[in-house]
Amino acid sequence: MKLPLSTFLSGLLFGGGLTVSQMVNPSKVISFLDITGNWDPSLAFVMGGALVVTFIGYRLVLKGKTPLFEDRFRLPTRKDIDVPLIAGAALFGIGWGLAGLCPGPALASVSFAGTNALIFTATMILTIMAYRLMRARS
Amino acid sequence: MENFTPISAALGGAMIGLSAVWLMASAGRIAGISGILGGALQAPKADKLWRWTFLLGLVLGPLLVGLFKPSTLQVNFPTTGPLLIVAAVLVGIGTQMGNGCTSGHGVCGNARLSMRSLIATLTFMTTGVLTVFIMRALGGL
Repeated sequence: MKLPLSTFLSGLLFGGGLTVSQMVNPSKVISFLDITGNWDPSLAFVMGGALVVTFIGYRLVLKGKTPLFEDRFRLPTRKDIDVPLIAGAALFGIGWGLAGLCPGPALASVSFAGTNALIFTATMILTIMAYRLMRARS
Repeated sequence: MENFTPISAALGGAMIGLSAVWLMASAGRIAGISGILGGALQAPKADKLWRWTFLLGLVLGPLLVGLFKPSTLQVNFPTTGPLLIVAAVLVGIGTQMGNGCTSGHGVCGNARLSMRSLIATLTFMTTGVLTVFIMRALGGL
């Protein structure tokens, strides 16, 4: 039970961080992307803070041979820049800009943000399931 | 810039970073939400429990913060209706096709100095900014 409990704590901290930083607030995200308008650069500090901690922390953690509760580290190995990477990121950015929500904040906001958060998250989940089903069959 | 909140933003960011580091230290996994969610939803996979407990924590984290600071749970949705659904579909397809989102590419991948993640981050930042620019010009948002 150590593995699921530790990932629960990680999720709790992640959801807490999204809330403290206001990433869960779509209008805050949209004003970050609105660089030619009434720009609010706050969210650059979210990514900055997260990057500094992760950059240092990963270097310390990955010096170990294995993680605490698993047999190995699972790190992405791909290095190629292909069309799906760029096309996927581009589509994601359009959706992110339209709604002010990305997957983490969408999930984190389902318990308190009302109908719009539920509609967005349910649609996102159904789309992901459909996309994965189609990819598995092709 | 009247709503500039750099301190709470950096503090929340540091919490997200700590979460990513702890997930790597304990489970050896990248804290990419679209990847964790995608794997949790895919039927024939054995390693699902850790994904679901992570996602449960993700949903409960805001409520815990809200106990101490209820104002953090007051949020605004500038986009509603059909446009919100279109956005959710684009986010769903885009993150699966591009293998990551703001957390997986933006935080974890860039922290590993991955070129794929840097390209993905620059791409979704650019299209995000352009989308808001165009929507504002059209009178939406």
